[in-house]
Amino acid sequence: MLFRFRPCRVHRKIGCVRSEVLVFYKATNLKIKAGFTRCGLGAHRKECSSMSFRLLAVWLVLASALPGQTVHAIGDIFKPLASPALAVRDLSYLVFAICGAIFVIVAGLLTYALFRFRRRASNDHVEPPQVYGSNQIEIAWTVIPILIVFVITMATARVIAALQDKSQPANAVLVTVIGHQWWWEFRYPGLNVVTANEMHIPVSPPGKERPAFLTLESADVAHSFWIPQLSGKTDVIPNRENHMWLDPHETGIYYGNCAEYCGTQHANMLIRVVVDSAEDFDKWVAQQKQPAIADPKVSQARDAFLGMACVTCHTVRGTTANGKFGPDLTHLMSRGTLASGMIPNTAGTVFAWVGHPQAIKPGNLMPDMQLNDKELEQVVSYLSTLR
Amino acid sequence: MASVAYPVDERSVKALGLPSALHEWVITVDHKRLGIMYMIMTLVFFMIAGSLAVAMRAQLSIPNNTLIPPEVFNRLFTVHGTTMVFFVGMPFFAALANYLVPLMIGARDMAFPRLNAFGFWITLFGAILLYSSYIAGEGLAGHGTAPDVGWFAYAPLTERAFSRGTSTDYWILAIVLSGIGSTITAINVFATAICLRTKGMTLAKMPLFVWMMCVVSFQILVALPALTAGQVMLLMDRYLGAHFFDTQAGGDAVLWQHFFWFFGHPEVYILIIPGFACISEIVPVFSRKPMFGRIAMIGATVAIGFISLSVWAHHMFAVGMSSQANTFFAASTMLIGVPTGIKIFNWLGTMWGGHIRFDTPMLFCIGFLFQFLIAGLTGIMLGVAPLDWQLTDSYFVVAHFHYTLMGGTLFALFGGVYYWFPKATGRMLSETLGKWHFWLLVLGFHLTFDPQHFAGMLGMPRRIYTYAAGRGWEGYNLVSSVGAATQGIAILIFAINVILSLRRGRVAGNDPWDAWSLEWATTSPPAEYNFETLPEVRSTRPLWDLKHPEDPDWKFE
Repeated sequence: MLFRFRPCRVHRKIGCVRSEVLVFYKATNLKIKAGFTRCGLGAHRKECSSMSFRLLAVWLVLASALPGQTVHAIGDIFKPLASPALAVRDLSYLVFAICGAIFVIVAGLLTYALFRFRRRASNDHVEPPQVYGSNQIEIAWTVIPILIVFVITMATARVIAALQDKSQPANAVLVTVIGHQWWWEFRYPGLNVVTANEMHIPVSPPGKERPAFLTLESADVAHSFWIPQLSGKTDVIPNRENHMWLDPHETGIYYGNCAEYCGTQHANMLIRVVVDSAEDFDKWVAQQKQPAIADPKVSQARDAFLGMACVTCHTVRGTTANGKFGPDLTHLMSRGTLASGMIPNTAGTVFAWVGHPQAIKPGNLMPDMQLNDKELEQVVSYLSTLR
Repeated sequence: MASVAYPVDERSVKALGLPSALHEWVITVDHKRLGIMYMIMTLVFFMIAGSLAVAMRAQLSIPNNTLIPPEVFNRLFTVHGTTMVFFVGMPFFAALANYLVPLMIGARDMAFPRLNAFGFWITLFGAILLYSSYIAGEGLAGHGTAPDVGWFAYAPLTERAFSRGTSTDYWILAIVLSGIGSTITAINVFATAICLRTKGMTLAKMPLFVWMMCVVSFQILVALPALTAGQVMLLMDRYLGAHFFDTQAGGDAVLWQHFFWFFGHPEVYILIIPGFACISEIVPVFSRKPMFGRIAMIGATVAIGFISLSVWAHHMFAVGMSSQANTFFAASTMLIGVPTGIKIFNWLGTMWGGHIRFDTPMLFCIGFLFQFLIAGLTGIMLGVAPLDWQLTDSYFVVAHFHYTLMGGTLFALFGGVYYWFPKATGRMLSETLGKWHFWLLVLGFHLTFDPQHFAGMLGMPRRIYTYAAGRGWEGYNLVSSVGAATQGIAILIFAINVILSLRRGRVAGNDPWDAWSLEWATTSPPAEYNFETLPEVRSTRPLWDLKHPEDPDWKFE
C-alpha cells in the first residue's frame, strides 16, 4: 500500500494535483496495481473533486498454464519444435558457420594488420613502399566470395521450395487466422469452431503427422503471425490471403507475437498456440462446437447482457449476440487469457477488464462502457458461466 | 555572393554584429557555408533523434514498464527513424558532397549554387515541418500528435480509416520536401563532378570520394522518385478518394511496400556510401599508402549502385511472395555482398604494409571496419530468406541496421568530422576528448546493439512499447539501455569537444594530416574563391606528387 501525490493526468491542468492510495496485489503470475484517486488539491478543487476507484495497471508475470501443460514461453529459434522452424535452424547452422569463418579470418587479418603495421618511432618519418594494388589479389577476393554466395544460395533455394511449396495432406487441420487491431481470431472451417487469441492445434509428431495449414487474413491493417519455435513469420495482410503450416512435435503452449507494427497496442497482440494431444484436440473441438451454455441461474444477468451494447461487437453463439468486431465470447472461460494474452482469464480479471479495458490495455478498441456496479456485476456473472 | 556583387563598407557590416553575420549565412550560396549548415543540421537532428532513442531505451529497460505510454512510444520510434534517415543521413551526404566535392576537384563552387541553397532550405523546412507536428499535428489523441505509423509507414495503417487527423500528412509532406532537397543535391553533385573538374583531372584521376558521391547521386535520382510517387499516391488516397493502398476499397497493401522498398533499399546504400567515401579518404592517409585497388573500388561501388536497385524485396520475404521471387531476391541480396566484401578487402590491403597512425579520424575508421564487417555478415544471414522469416521485424534486424547505420555510417561521419574539421574551421579538434568520445561510443554502441541480436533470436519483435517478464528478454534489454545512456555521454563529449575546439583548438594550418587530395592545397578555412593557384593534376594524388617529386604517382599510373 502506498500513498502519493501525482500531477493530475485526467484534467491536464497546471496545478491540479491528484492524491492516490495505491494497493498492490501480487499473485504467482499476476500483479495488479489499483487505487483510490482524488483530484483537486490545488487550483481545481471544485472542478475535479470526485473520488474514484481506478485500476491503474495490471500486468502479467507469466500467464497461467493448466497443470500438466508445458509452457514454451521463450521463442528461441535455436530450439525449434516443428519442421519449418527445424529446417530454418539447420540452414542457419550452415550460414552461421560460413559467416563465422569469414568473420574470424577478416577480423583476424584486420587486427594483425593494425598491430603489425602500426607506426613506430623507427619508421615515423619514412613513407612506406607505395603499393597501388594487384589484379591477381582482386580476382581472388572476387571469385572466392562468389563461390561462397553460390553455395549459400543453392542451400537457401532448397529450403525455400521445401517450406513454401509443401503440399497439404488430406488429414491436415485447417485454420483461418484473422488479424484484428490488437487480437487474433481463429476460425476452423468445416469444424464450426470460432475462437480468439489461443489457437488449438493437434500435435504432429514424426510418423503420426497431422499438420495444421493456416490461411492468414486481416480485418484491418497488416500484421504478422510469428511463433518462433514453430515457424518463421508470415505477414497477415488485408485484401490478400497468405499461407503457412505448422506441425508441432510436442504438446504445450507456445508463445508468439504479432511481428508487424499495426498501431497503438502492437506490443500486446500476443499469440498463444496450444498444442494438444490428438484426443485432447478432438475433445476441445467437440466442446467448442457447442452453442453457449444457458445456465438458468444467470438468466437475468444474461438478459441484461443481451440488452447492452456489448452484443454489437461480440458473438455468443446460441443467443442474439452476433457482433463481429470483437472476439467471439461463446466459450470465453475455456480460454486461459484475456486481452490477447495480456492477463490470465479469471472471474476477477474479467471484472477488471470489462470495467476498465482502457486501464489495462490503453488504446485498445474496446471502449470503457461506463457500466454501473450492478450492470458490471451482471455482465461478469454471465460471462463467467461461458465455459 | 552578396559581398562580391556590390561593394560593402566593412565597418558598417561589423557594426551590425550578429544579425549581419546571420544574414550572411542565410543568403549565402557558397558551397562551403551550405556544407557547414548541412553538417550542423545533421548533428543537431542526430542529437534530437538520439535523445528520442534514449527515451525509448528507458521505457524498455525493464519489463512491464509504464514510464512512456504506448501512443507516445509509437511516435518516438516513428520520428526517430524518419529523422535519422531523412534528416541525419541525407543531410550528411549533402554536407560532405557540398563541402568537399568542389574542393577535391579544384572547382570554384558547385555547378548550381542558387539551387544548392534552395535545396538546403527546403530540406531544413521539411525537418521543421516534421517536428512541428508535435505542436500542431492532430491525431487520435487530439492536438500535439506526431506521426505514429513507423518510418516505413505500411499501408493501410496510414489510410484515413486507421490514421485519422493530420499527423500522417505531416510525415508525408516532410519527406516529400526532404526528397526535393536530396534530388537537388544529387543533380548538383553529378553536374559538378562531370563539368567542373580542374585541368588534368580526368575521370580516372578523380578522387575515389567524388566517384562515390556520384554513385550516391545516381542512386538518389533513380530511387527517390518511387518514394515520392508513393507519397503522392498516399496523399491522393487520403484526400482525393483514390484507392491505391486502401484495402477496404480493393487497394493493394503490398504495392506500397514495393514502392517504399524500391526506394528504401537503395536508400541504405545512399546512407552508407558517403561513409565508404570518408573511409576511402582517411584510411590511405593514415596508413601512408595510396588506396589499394582503386579501379576495383570504383568498379565495386558502381556495381553496388546497380545491384542495390534489384534487391528491394528482401524486406518483404514474409509478405507471401512466390518461392521463385523469394529465391531471386535472396540470390541478388547475397550477390551484393561480393562488391561490399571487395571494399573491405581493399581497405585492408591499403593498411597492409603501411605505417598506421592512430589519430582519432583513423580510430573511427577502424571502428567502422569491424562493425561494418559484422553488419555485412548479419546482412547475409538476413538475405537467406528462410532465416529472414525468423529474423525479420525482430530485434535482430534492429541490431543489424543499427550496425550498418550507426556502427557504419555514423562512425564514418565522426571520422570525417575529425578529419575535415580543421579544414572547415582552421582549428583541430582535441585528440584527448576525441579518444574519450571514440572509446565511450564504441563501448556504448556494443552494449546497446550486441544484446539486441540475441533478444531477436529469442523472439522479441521490434516496435513493442513493453514486454512481459519471463520470455528471456529482460537481461538483454537492460544491458541495451545502459549502452544507450553510455552512447549519450559519448555524444555529449563530442559536442563539448566541438564547442571548445572552435574557440581554442590548436591552429591547423593548411595540411595538418600530410594528406594528398586537393582540398589540403588551400588555406584552412578556404577563402570564398577556394584556390588562389591550383597544383598541376597529373595523378590521383596531386599533393603526393608535389611533396615527393622524386617518386611521383603519375609515373606509375
